Amino acid sequence: MKSDSPHIALFIPCYVDQFYPSVGIASLELLEKLGCKVTFPLGQTCCGQPLANAGYKRDTVGTTKHFIELFKDFDYVVAPSGSCVLHVKEHSPVIPGLEKEQAELHHKVFELTEFITDILKIEKLDGRFPHRVGFHSSCHGQRGLRLSSSSELNQTPFNKARRLLENLEGLEWVELNRTDECCGFGGTFAVTEEALSIQMGKDRLDDHLQHHTEILTGGDMSCIMHLQGIATRNKQPLKFLHIAEILNQAIS
Amino acid sequence: MSHPENAAEFLKDQAKSKWHDETLWFVRDKRDRISKTIPEWEELRNLASGIKDNVLANLGSYLEDFERNAQKNGIQVHWAKDGEEHNQIVLDILQKQNCNAIVKSKSILTEECHLNPFLEKHGVDVVDTDLGERIVQLLHQPPSHIVLPAIHLKKGEISALFHEKLLTEKGNEDPAYLTQAARLHLREKFLKAKVALTGVNFGVAETGEFVVCTNEGNADMGVHLADVHIASMGIEKIIPRRKDLGVFLRLLARSATGQPVTNYNSHFRSPSPGKELHIILVDNGRTAQLAREKFKNSLKCIRCGACMNTCPIYRRSGGFSYDSTVPGPIGSILSPGLDMKKHSTLPFASTLCGSCSDVCPVKINIHEQLFEWRQEITKTHGEMGKGLSMKLANGIFKSPLAYKISGNLMRAALKALPDSLIYHPINAWGKGRNLPETPKESFQQWYQKNRS
Amino acid sequence: MSSRENILAAIKGIAVEQKALPEIPDFGVQGELTETFIQSILGNKGEVLSKVEFESWLPKAGFSKIVSLSFHFPEASTLTLPEDPHELEDLGLAILDGQFGVAENGAIWLEDDNLGLRALPFITEHLVIVLDRKNLVETMHQGYNRIADAVSGFGVFIAGPSKTADIEQSLVIGAHGAKSLRVVLV
Repeated sequence: MKSDSPHIALFIPCYVDQFYPSVGIASLELLEKLGCKVTFPLGQTCCGQPLANAGYKRDTVGTTKHFIELFKDFDYVVAPSGSCVLHVKEHSPVIPGLEKEQAELHHKVFELTEFITDILKIEKLDGRFPHRVGFHSSCHGQRGLRLSSSSELNQTPFNKARRLLENLEGLEWVELNRTDECCGFGGTFAVTEEALSIQMGKDRLDDHLQHHTEILTGGDMSCIMHLQGIATRNKQPLKFLHIAEILNQAIS
Repeated sequence: MSHPENAAEFLKDQAKSKWHDETLWFVRDKRDRISKTIPEWEELRNLASGIKDNVLANLGSYLEDFERNAQKNGIQVHWAKDGEEHNQIVLDILQKQNCNAIVKSKSILTEECHLNPFLEKHGVDVVDTDLGERIVQLLHQPPSHIVLPAIHLKKGEISALFHEKLLTEKGNEDPAYLTQAARLHLREKFLKAKVALTGVNFGVAETGEFVVCTNEGNADMGVHLADVHIASMGIEKIIPRRKDLGVFLRLLARSATGQPVTNYNSHFRSPSPGKELHIILVDNGRTAQLAREKFKNSLKCIRCGACMNTCPIYRRSGGFSYDSTVPGPIGSILSPGLDMKKHSTLPFASTLCGSCSDVCPVKINIHEQLFEWRQEITKTHGEMGKGLSMKLANGIFKSPLAYKISGNLMRAALKALPDSLIYHPINAWGKGRNLPETPKESFQQWYQKNRS
Repeated sequence: MSSRENILAAIKGIAVEQKALPEIPDFGVQGELTETFIQSILGNKGEVLSKVEFESWLPKAGFSKIVSLSFHFPEASTLTLPEDPHELEDLGLAILDGQFGVAENGAIWLEDDNLGLRALPFITEHLVIVLDRKNLVETMHQGYNRIADAVSGFGVFIAGPSKTADIEQSLVIGAHGAKSLRVVLV
């Protein structure tokens, strides 16, 4: 690691911190293996997304201010979550007195796979992962951050995560009937519209099961948590990993 | 009933809900495929959006141009501030003709104004002539979709309805047979009609003409046989130039049903000799919406219905779950402007997946407006509990120590509590989903042990 | 104040950022014009015939009531156009001249002058539109350029027969209007 290399802050979403420490560890180790100087600033809480999406953006001033102060001095902020990154960039309230820092921050916050492909400029990862992998394209990463093309748009197809996964030796990419349909998590939607949320999750799982997915992965642990919760309840034979876990395992 | 209650009800019939989802997905898929045969598709969306931006910035002058040109062509122009006034104008025209019957082609605006019950109350026989609309009218239902009014019904239900109302063979569910029966039934109505009403897809300011698009030809059958044609038009349907129609007609049918163009695209400029042509320009909440900076773009809508077909919520909950004239994502950003209390759950009937915005031919930022409506609704209609718990969460999340303590407590609690409590039916997460296994330490704790 | 004044005043009172009206590029289509047009019509569930094919089809089809306003087939009429369109209730076939056709979607433009009565192409059981292959344009943009400032009380783009899919999304041809569309390319 070069001493003058950019200093990267790892931003770990609150529920990942609490429920999926392995995803945080994998993200950290992966970035380190790719030669990055990474720090996990202590004292991280929540970006405020659940509140804002529930209609209480005005109540997230405190968390947003805390977030800016914690991360503003790093060169990059990287998170294993498209959804939280999108929230920080587009849905956090403007903090008086920190407008400049906030605007700068929005340009240096990245979701993990886009950081690897767009900033580290890594075209392909050398590694091995001999499994049949189904990818869940989380909406906020896909249509919010444009991490992959949308089936609705007339554009050249691309998928940043797929680019990283596809080159891994032995990995079989699963083609789905509906490549980018929402899983039904949607934050508070998961509980306020419980019946719909479960049905949407079941339908996504059926698509993967029909196409013999062995491991279901994605860039947002929240969607995976929801899908895994339904699959476990219904005893469906699927394994779940965050993409950081796959990449970190594959290149070790 | 709220959207979640209605949706849960719709989902009870699993087979029908699945069919509804797959049928509308099929329409969306057709739309996806045809849009990809047009290399300039995204440019067309930009153009359409740009034209509509210009319309919203100059709505008043375009309306005046439209009125002047239409009058010059012999069209009688009326203005209605709301649904009630619109309905009264229609009734006045009918009464002047001594007419107590009217044939209508599809017009979501007249649904919005509740024209049918108003006219019926005044003794007018109203016949909706679009096949789907006629079906729901005979069932005393509103349309469940703005382009596919009877999409919530199975052919068996329609067969039973037609057997009762149109005396078709019992049990004959063949769509061709049922359509032919409707053709004969409605042809009789067309031939007798003295007054016909249509909606308007586009009104052209520079010429004073307006355009009506159908596949069935029912609008034309109605108006060309009747003596009087009434066209109901929302004021936002105005476009500046005739050549703008090229952009919109290329987008409309492709977005709506995945077909290259509707089979009949009629341009009305002046009445046939000896006949009358009326147009009613209706506000009904549109100027109020124009004044809402964050929501004014919803007025760009050309009513193609693509956001409904693509919406994973709409497909699985059905149009009636919204209890709003315009259902689906676009309805969820239009309706709160008309009645925020009644429609307060609609902006939450979304995961904010953004598919509606990507599919929209005029690029309305629908999912962002859903987010913004949530912020508005919680100000006045926030449930107390929700507000309180959110405030509490804000208190926890802005303080690292408080967050840490509550996080540790939560993990400890989840480990200790029996499954029967966590998965109690009142816990909406646990009803159909397991919780993740609780790790022994948080990432932060791991990091402090291993990296500091 | 009248509703008209109310509405206009309300709009005037709202400050909306001015946005320029975009110019529309002259988008075309890839592929040969006639073939693209034919494929479009077929896709819309219409048929395309040559003049010879039409002339051999017409007597075999056995229509008793035909109105032809086509310059190409004036002798095909079996009745003269009535003043009241209701008298066309049992018309079997209408033959009309289209002004131009749009290749990208098969839409054919007709105005009052081509229609005789506005109800004609809708009330007839079957419809034939005669189109000169010289009069094909690429997209709707060229279509509207072609219409330009022409003035007609009524004009219509017809792209196929009357159809509906309102029962379970099953396509049925012949909802209220013409049950078939044949385009004769001359």
